[in-house]
Amino acid sequence: MMPTKNFDQRRYAQLFKQMCRIRAFERAAINAKNEGLVLGAIHPSIGQEAAAVGVCENLNKDDILLSTHRGHGHTLSKGADPSAMMLELLGKEGGNCAGKGGSMHIADFSVGMLGANGVVGANINIAVGAAHAIKLKGENKIVVCIFGDGAINRGPFLEGLNWAKVYNLPILFICEDNGYSATTHTKETTAGGGPVVRAQSLGIKAETFDGNDIITVDQAAQDYIERVKKSGPHLLHFLTYRLEGHTSTDPAAYRPDGEADGKWSNDPIARCRNLLVEDGVSAEQLDKFDNEATAEMTRVYKIARDASFPPALDAYKDVQDIGNPQTEAF
Amino acid sequence: MKQMTYLEAGREGLAEMMREDTSVWALGEDLGRGGVFGQYHGLQTEFGKDRIADTPISESCILGSAVGAAMMGTRPVVEMRFSDFALCAVDELVNQAAKARYMFGGQTRVPMVVREPSGLWRSSAAQHSQSLEAWYAHIPGLVVVMPSTPADNRTLLMESIRCDDPVVYLEHKSLWDFEGPVDDGAEILPIGKARVARPGKDVTIVSWSAMFHTSMEAAEGLAAKGVDAEVIDLRTLWPWDKKTVFESVCKTGHLIVVHEAVQVGGFGAEIAASVTENVFSDLKSAPLRIGAPRIPISYAPTMEDEVRITAEQIIEKTLNRVGK
Repeated sequence: MMPTKNFDQRRYAQLFKQMCRIRAFERAAINAKNEGLVLGAIHPSIGQEAAAVGVCENLNKDDILLSTHRGHGHTLSKGADPSAMMLELLGKEGGNCAGKGGSMHIADFSVGMLGANGVVGANINIAVGAAHAIKLKGENKIVVCIFGDGAINRGPFLEGLNWAKVYNLPILFICEDNGYSATTHTKETTAGGGPVVRAQSLGIKAETFDGNDIITVDQAAQDYIERVKKSGPHLLHFLTYRLEGHTSTDPAAYRPDGEADGKWSNDPIARCRNLLVEDGVSAEQLDKFDNEATAEMTRVYKIARDASFPPALDAYKDVQDIGNPQTEAF
Repeated sequence: MKQMTYLEAGREGLAEMMREDTSVWALGEDLGRGGVFGQYHGLQTEFGKDRIADTPISESCILGSAVGAAMMGTRPVVEMRFSDFALCAVDELVNQAAKARYMFGGQTRVPMVVREPSGLWRSSAAQHSQSLEAWYAHIPGLVVVMPSTPADNRTLLMESIRCDDPVVYLEHKSLWDFEGPVDDGAEILPIGKARVARPGKDVTIVSWSAMFHTSMEAAEGLAAKGVDAEVIDLRTLWPWDKKTVFESVCKTGHLIVVHEAVQVGGFGAEIAASVTENVFSDLKSAPLRIGAPRIPISYAPTMEDEVRITAEQIIEKTLNRVGK
C-alpha cells in the first residue's frame, strides 16, 4: 500500500520503532543462543513483526492477549518489559516466569499477556475461556488469540471457534500464516480453503489480509476489534512469511532454493521504512530509530547475561498449595 | 442432621458454594437438564444459564476454556460426564491446568474443579467404567480427591472449589444413590486428611471411593473370623495422608491396600512402597495390594465381574496374609 494523503506519519513511525524493537530483541536473543546463553529452543518471528505490532497497538492494556511458541513479538508489543523477557530466555532470576518457562512460555500477566504456549493450538481453548470469563463478569474488554497456520488442523480450532460463536464471546482470532507448519509447507497437509472458510462455516466473519503491510494490519485490526466489541467473535487471517527457520538453529534447508531470498523484499520492516521515506522521513531518522532499538536490546542482553540463575530450591515453588512439594515432594 | 444421597450431597455442596461465591460457575454437557446422572438437577433454574452452562460435546474446549476462565478470576466447576471422556482433554488438564501456575512463575492460579464420574457401573464396558486416579496422582500441580460418603461429597467438593489449585474430583458412579448423614456437626476433615472409619488392632486396610465400602464389609467378615481390621478411607490421593496410614501400620503390622483400579502401576503400589520404605521394621508381613487384573472392562456380567473386587476376596487374601 502506498502512503495516502491521510497517512499518519507519527503513528507509523511509532509502529516502525516497535517493529525494530522486536527485530532487535530477537537478534539479541539469537546471538545469546549462539553463545550458549539461551539454553532451550527459541522460535524467532523475524519477518512477522507487522501482525504483532499492528494488532497490539490497537489494544488497551487491560485487553487480553494469548500467543504461540513464536511469541516474543506479541509479548513485547503488548507492553512487556524486554529485560524481564530476556532474563527469562536465559533462565535467570527476574525473568517474567521466574526462570521456569523460557521462551515458549513467555507471559506477562501484568500487561494482560496470558502466555505463549508450547503446544500448538492449545491457547485457542484457553483464550475462549478467558473471553467467557469476561462475558460472565460483564467486563468491557476483549481477548485476542494469535495462532499459526499449523494450528488450524488441531481440534481446538474447531472446538474453540464453535464455542466462541455459540456463546458470542468478545474474542478476535488471528491466524498468523507464515506458510509453514514447523518444517512442512502447510498447504501440503491442509484440506479445503483454510482458516477463513473454516471460520465462515461457523458463522464467524473472517477475512485474509496482507500481514506484512503495517497499514493494512493496523486498519484491519482497528476495524475487527470494533466489530468484536459490537458483535462477538471474528477472525483475521494475516499472510506473512517466516524469514528464518522454525527455531533459531534450523537452517530451513527444506525450503526451495531462493524462496526466502525473494521474501526479504517483502519484509514488513523494510516496507514500513519505504512508506515513511516516501512520506518524507529521512533515512537518518529511521536509522536512528533502528539504532536505538538495537542499543536498548543490547542493554537488555547485558542485564540478562550478568544476572544469576535462580536458586535450585525455587524449583519447588508455585506448584500447588494443597500437597505443596515444598513440604512434601515424595 | 440431614440424610442425603451421595449425588444430592454433591449437588448441595455445589449450590452452597454458588450462593456463597458469585465467581463459581459450572460447565459441561447437558447440565441444564441435570447432567447425565442428575447431579445438577434444578441448578440452572436457581442460577441461570450463564452459571450452569450447557456446553457443546467439546471436551477439549470444556476443560481448556475452564483453564482460561480460571486464570481470569472465576472458579469453574467442570463436568466431564464420565472420567473416560476426560481423556479427550489430557493436554488441557496435564499440560495446561496443572502447569500454568508453575511455568508462568506464579503469575497466575488455576482454581478449577474437574468432576469426573468414575468406576464400574454395570455393563458400561471399557470406555465408561475406568478408574484412572493413579494417572492424576502422578501429575505435579494436581490435587486428587475421591469421596466415598455423602458427607464427604458435600464438604470435599466445597473445599475443592475453595482451593486455588486444579482439583481432579472423582465421584464413583455406583455411589450416587448411597445414603448417609450430611451436615451433622461432625468434624469436617480437610483435603489431604484420611479418616479412620473403623479402628482395629490386627490389620490395616487402606481404601477409597466405592472400595472403601467393600473394605468395611470385609472388615465385618474378618471380625467374625477373629481378625480386628482397621479400615482407613484415604479420601484424597494427592496429597495422601501418610501419617495416618503409617501410624496404623505401626500398630497393626499388616497393610492391605484395596482399589478398584488396575493393580499394576496403581496407587496401591505407591502406598505399599511408602510403607515399606518408611516403617519396614514395624511390618510383620509384606504389604499386599488388591486391585483389578490388567484387562479392559467387559460388558457381559460374567467377564465384568472378573475385575470387580469383592468383600470375600478381601477377607480371603487378608486372612492368608495375617496368617489366620
